[in-house]
Amino acid sequence: MSEVIKLRKGLNIKLKGSAEKALEKLPTPATVALKPTNFPGLTPKLSVKVDAEVKAGEALFYDKYHPEIVFTAPIGGKVVSINRGERRRILEVVIATDKNAGSAEFKKAAPSALSAEEVKEQILKSGLWPFIKKRPYGIIANPEEKPKAIYISTFDTAPMAPDYDFVLQDQMDTFQTGVDVLAKLTEGDVNLGVKPGSAFSSVKNVVINTFEGPHPAGNVGIQIANTNPINKGDVVWTINVQDVLFIGRLFETGKVDFTKTIAFTGSEVKAPKYFETIVGAPIKDLVSGKLTTAGYSSRIISGNVLTGDKVSEKSFLSYYDSQVSVIPEGDDYEFMGWADPGFGKFSATKAYFGKLFPKKEYTLNANLHGGERAFVVSNQYEKYVPMDILPVFLLKAIMVNDIDKMEQLGIYEVIEEDFALCEYACTSKIEVQKILREGINTMIKELG
Amino acid sequence: MNFIKNFFLNTKPHVQKGAKFHWLHSVHDGMFTLFFVSKDTSKSGAHVHDYIDLKRTMGMVVLALVPALLFGMYNTGYQHFKAIGELASTGFFEIFIYGLLRVLPILIVSYVVGLGIEFVFAQLRGHEIQEGFLVSGFLIPLIMPINTPLWMVAIATAFAVILGKEVFGGTGMNIWNPALVARAFLFFAYPAQMSGESVWVRLASGDKVVDTFSGATPMARAAAGNLDYSVADAFIGLIPGSIGETSAVAILLGAILLVVTGIGSWKIMVSTIAGGAVMGLILNAVSGNAGLSPEVATYFSMPFWHHLILGGFMFGAIFMATDPVSASQTEKGKWIYGFLIGILAIIIRVINPAFPEGMMLAILLMNTFAPLIDHYVVAGHIKKRAKRAKVSA
Repeated sequence: MSEVIKLRKGLNIKLKGSAEKALEKLPTPATVALKPTNFPGLTPKLSVKVDAEVKAGEALFYDKYHPEIVFTAPIGGKVVSINRGERRRILEVVIATDKNAGSAEFKKAAPSALSAEEVKEQILKSGLWPFIKKRPYGIIANPEEKPKAIYISTFDTAPMAPDYDFVLQDQMDTFQTGVDVLAKLTEGDVNLGVKPGSAFSSVKNVVINTFEGPHPAGNVGIQIANTNPINKGDVVWTINVQDVLFIGRLFETGKVDFTKTIAFTGSEVKAPKYFETIVGAPIKDLVSGKLTTAGYSSRIISGNVLTGDKVSEKSFLSYYDSQVSVIPEGDDYEFMGWADPGFGKFSATKAYFGKLFPKKEYTLNANLHGGERAFVVSNQYEKYVPMDILPVFLLKAIMVNDIDKMEQLGIYEVIEEDFALCEYACTSKIEVQKILREGINTMIKELG
Repeated sequence: MNFIKNFFLNTKPHVQKGAKFHWLHSVHDGMFTLFFVSKDTSKSGAHVHDYIDLKRTMGMVVLALVPALLFGMYNTGYQHFKAIGELASTGFFEIFIYGLLRVLPILIVSYVVGLGIEFVFAQLRGHEIQEGFLVSGFLIPLIMPINTPLWMVAIATAFAVILGKEVFGGTGMNIWNPALVARAFLFFAYPAQMSGESVWVRLASGDKVVDTFSGATPMARAAAGNLDYSVADAFIGLIPGSIGETSAVAILLGAILLVVTGIGSWKIMVSTIAGGAVMGLILNAVSGNAGLSPEVATYFSMPFWHHLILGGFMFGAIFMATDPVSASQTEKGKWIYGFLIGILAIIIRVINPAFPEGMMLAILLMNTFAPLIDHYVVAGHIKKRAKRAKVSA
């Protein structure tokens, strides 16, 4: 077993509403949907029309610039609607599920019996490829590239995040199969970031890196930066824990199975716990009847409170998410809030008394708690990014569109989630993640 | 509280674009957000945000300055009654009230002029009123001699806010510390009213001073070769000087608050003081040089740590050098920036007879160089990263 890498920088935001370790199976949803907007930079092209019958694992749409990357139905049924937004951008492809629709057949084989090409083809065809993302940029991996390594983080340190040791407790064999499949895709190593004492430490055919420290220690980008940092020209692939299971199941059974476990969390949830459902499940199935009705509006987030998408009750689970959080919206005026001693207020700074009670769990709402300003306070972001990077200077390079500087200051190493804590803590309420994504988009456009 | 909220909400339509009172929009918004934290919620990225905002940050700095202000008020009275020989017969509150009545007008003028200009610029530029001046407006009176005429305070403040800050784009964009710009403006435009022996102690025209009275600051006397001040008085602050800068005790109380809350950079404070101490030691070491005149040699030989409690050194190190906007932004840069401020302040103070106090100029000079320091720190960072790329390739 390798040495424990201790990360000091970062912050655990202790919020009320972590999921109790109990799993409830939700009934098969009546509808599911894929949202092409979950994939930054994707230009989707539809493969189906409304009213088409699809089996689980059959293509719904594909990537215009990489037609081999297809996005398949997580469950069989009938395409009932294709919802579009401004300029006819596709927002949702909705399927009414049908138990008898069946699923597409793929090869059932032990990964060791297959060549790298066969493995890649099967993952692409089954629609599991989009789960593999690449660094730089945090976009869907390009199947033609050769990654120097594959990284999987097996723990999540974000507020109220799911505990994968619990989620995968009966599925470690499938996880191992998935890892063995992934190992075929790189000439480098598959790297597993684990927390101390985790069951994942006993996974084979991988390099285990043990990390200890506050959020964002569980972010795969931080783990890469502290073991094998990305330089210009390097490509590393990353994949989420539960998505490895999908790959494992595909090769074990020859069928796609997009069943996943969602941690349903947040201060507005009556009984936060884990639910088993499926990729693209409707938010309504999760939330209806399960929220406290406190008389003020709440915000439903697919994902965690730092990086997730704001969704409505009518929307669907985002593609990569294993968590749904519900917090108060906080869209109300607060009298002299900035002058409050702040005994009940969680703050990363010591400018509020809340800091004196570090063990307490807090409720945070979505209020900005202040107006947007220029950068004023220095050395604020650095405290939350445990890697060799100067966040403010990188962000400023992005703001002035200086591509050379962005490259020199390390834009290849980071995606939004790695800077999410900076945005949380920012005194000037700067939209850090938005700026970073704009910078990444510029890089993709200019350098491809 | 609801009636205040309703007042602002009800008047809001009248200050919208096109409405009759649109010219009051930024004032309305500024006042509203002062009373009530806005209801705006996160639109992109992180859904939760810290409770800290610029109002809180600036409010903390103002709070940290309060001990220095209160002490400055007391000291103004103390110096006055000491000069006229009535110290023993005057009560604590009378001394304090005397100072309060002399200092308050300066504070009010500074805020009214500065905030007025801020409001106008916010309106013209269509942005929210920014909080930076909450601190600048508090700092300006504290670094003025008590006898500064109010009209001078007004034009210095206007100069600082317009040319020191707004021309660069407002809070967060300025190169120099606005409060020091105000001080420097007066220092060069009206030198007679900003230095000398008659500006530090408030006296009415009919007041008769005691024979032993000298209005000179201990620092000025030290420069002339008289090390006859009491160290205890200098540390506590019962010496002539700018309103808020005399008391190391009050300033250090503020420093504790800034460091504990993390709002002021302890690195800058420590490195500035270290720089001043090092330069003081160097002067001590060369004070035996035969080429020096007796007064200069005496000033050179002053114990190095006295420099830290005399004049504006401590005030500058704690409250001025640490202004996050005009200071170095990188952590390594902060050490260099602070250290050089300390060194330069003592050099200017002791070796250049044209300037009795060096802190203001040292900080302004290093404000100017802070971006350069950062440039090299960032360049070093980039170089290190590039090297890493080569090693792994």
